[in-house]
Amino acid sequence: MEVRKPKIKAIPYDEFKDNESLEKIVDELHEGGVNVVTGNLDSLINWGRSNSLWSLTFATSCCGIEFMACGCSRYDFSRFGFEVTRNSPRQADLIMCAGTITHKMAPALKRLYDEMAEPKYVVAVGGCAISGGPFKGSYHVVKGIEEIVPVDVFIPGCPPRPEAILYGMMQLQRKVKVEKFFGGANHKQSKAERELGVSNAELVARRLGDHRRETIVVTDVPQEFVEELKENKEEQA
Amino acid sequence: MKLEFLSFDFEKFAKEMQNLKDKKGFDFLVTIVGEDFGEEGLGCVYILENTNTHERTSVKTIAKVVDGENVIPTVVNLWKGADLLEREVFDFLGIKFLGHPDMRRLFLRNDFKGFPLRKDFQATNEYTLDDDVEPDYGLEYSLDRDGHLQQKENRLFTSDDYVVNIGPQHPSTHGVLRLQTVLNGETVKRVYPHLGYIHRGIEKMWESMTYPQTLALTDRLNYLCAMQQRHALVGVIEEAMEVELTDRIHYIRTIMDELQRLDSHLLFTSCCAQDLGALTAFLYGMRDREHVLNVMEETTGGRLIQNYYRIGGLQDDIDPNFVKNVKELCKYLRPMIKEYMDVFGDNIITHNRLENVGPMSLADCINYGVTGPAGRASGWKNDVRKNHPYDMYDKVDFEQVTFDTCDSMGRYLVHINEMYQSLNIIEQLIDNIPEGDFYVKQKPIIKVPEGQWYFSVEGAAGEFGVYLDSKGDKSPYRMKMRPMGLSLVGALDPMLRGQKIADLVTTGAAIDIVIPDIDR
Repeated sequence: MEVRKPKIKAIPYDEFKDNESLEKIVDELHEGGVNVVTGNLDSLINWGRSNSLWSLTFATSCCGIEFMACGCSRYDFSRFGFEVTRNSPRQADLIMCAGTITHKMAPALKRLYDEMAEPKYVVAVGGCAISGGPFKGSYHVVKGIEEIVPVDVFIPGCPPRPEAILYGMMQLQRKVKVEKFFGGANHKQSKAERELGVSNAELVARRLGDHRRETIVVTDVPQEFVEELKENKEEQA
Repeated sequence: MKLEFLSFDFEKFAKEMQNLKDKKGFDFLVTIVGEDFGEEGLGCVYILENTNTHERTSVKTIAKVVDGENVIPTVVNLWKGADLLEREVFDFLGIKFLGHPDMRRLFLRNDFKGFPLRKDFQATNEYTLDDDVEPDYGLEYSLDRDGHLQQKENRLFTSDDYVVNIGPQHPSTHGVLRLQTVLNGETVKRVYPHLGYIHRGIEKMWESMTYPQTLALTDRLNYLCAMQQRHALVGVIEEAMEVELTDRIHYIRTIMDELQRLDSHLLFTSCCAQDLGALTAFLYGMRDREHVLNVMEETTGGRLIQNYYRIGGLQDDIDPNFVKNVKELCKYLRPMIKEYMDVFGDNIITHNRLENVGPMSLADCINYGVTGPAGRASGWKNDVRKNHPYDMYDKVDFEQVTFDTCDSMGRYLVHINEMYQSLNIIEQLIDNIPEGDFYVKQKPIIKVPEGQWYFSVEGAAGEFGVYLDSKGDKSPYRMKMRPMGLSLVGALDPMLRGQKIADLVTTGAAIDIVIPDIDR
């Protein structure tokens, strides 16, 4: 059975045909073939997932205002199921990185990304998030968040109009729709995953030499703190 | 305003500044500009205002080099607003202020190497994803008897204190502001703002840009005051070049500024409501904001970033339907503003949550430099449009809205009433836009004569000014903004001491801060 051509309300499939990276994902999935049962279940679950994408409110500058405008009555992206924004990364499906990321903010962005649960996505909104934009020449601006986290959808503009943000989100919907959930995100934990304590997606990224999915683990814990913890434990015991 | 500096050297500086404040009545410190003067060394320019006569003066001082460090006596004992301003100068230029209790970096990371606004600064593009190690003390520098530099550590909080970080990723800080809050139970003891999470180094970038290029970046500061900020920048350049503008340009600029103010105030009232949990008022405000954006978009082509003013006039003439649309907008908006009061402003919950929250007296407002609606809610008549009129503001009839409640409710009401005043101004001008050119032709390469200028406009959240130091080149030697929000953030600490932590969100909502404007 073939993966179904994803259907997104309001935008016909043909209009997305120019998107090579998504076509590639579809082709890869076709190579191994898809089980009839899990394939159908996949499309059901992906239908649900793609129509309730919850984004983390992560607006650093101008693009954030356009993101707010998207949520309000004129553009109203609740039509597509994007209206729930979460302030905690634990509850969010994607980071909507709307605005410039500076050197001081970069660790915070990485940490927020690490804190999110799989499957997770990143949307880079606006010139600054894509490449540094008008601030490319600055001494304190990250030249595109792709250096820090893997990005799924880029939405160009300075700032992008709400229509563009909607279009970009629909591209993400489409990406979600062609993903494998059974055997992909949802599977029996493999030996490597158990031993290393990392997710499947991260293992794949590591195999490809992409270290952006690796979480930053703090190892240099101050010795005093460790001793204090030990003492507390002993006291309790 | 062309700046004619009073120059004080190191020994006399502290005394002369005291004199200026006590005897001459310069009680409002507009801004401090740190500058690398080249061969003269590092130094500062202070711009002061007498709030009674609205007279302004400027003081220049060169830092003294002690043990290889540049030092200037602090003025934080005279003007409290100098606290963050001096830390900013320290951060960007490495000038240490003697007697300032808390010399830490303000915008950049503590492990940042070098001082970006010095002329010999070499930028690297390296950054780390490791957490910044922040000191929990501020340094206080002083000179001992032999004239050597001494330092003393002032603890920010003790190990018994309960410290909560609010931000940088927090929905109600309106951007990436981080407030390190020291608590005693639920009561706020101290608020330490940490800035720079969106510091893009615009002032340094300007130094390598030609004048027309510099314009593009102002719209991206407080993106809700795009017009006004660009107005200040083109204003200072035009004043320095002595460009005579046509009446048509003055009219259109005034109308556009006021439309932008409506846009900003509408977003303020919406967000203020949302921060308090009133989603309906938020949606109403955003709905009407789209009407304002429509009107501006037809002329400028942009929704948020307008890029409309340029040196010598405007990018293009107004849209043929502009006059008609503006009139319809004015007619539409008046009842709507009333509606915000009905659904949110007059609500008993709103009154309970905003009244007597985040209080600040008139004297403190002036001392901390809290300009704009927040200062006017304490009765400070600080409107730049009245005090230092530019464009058409001295010819139109409008009222400066002030309250004497000194609290967050007053700040909200100032915004609401200012929207009516903006509509009044627009209605007075819209029928009388004179014929003429929308652009006065400039030379292909714009050069500004030597000298220093400061020009300010009334932004939606306070005074926005631009200081320009030109050496006669096609790019500025030093340009510095007076951001609207920096003094407001500095005032959060005195406003919130003794208040409840839940009021921090309310105070922040009512004070109208936009972080990219503060961080630049």
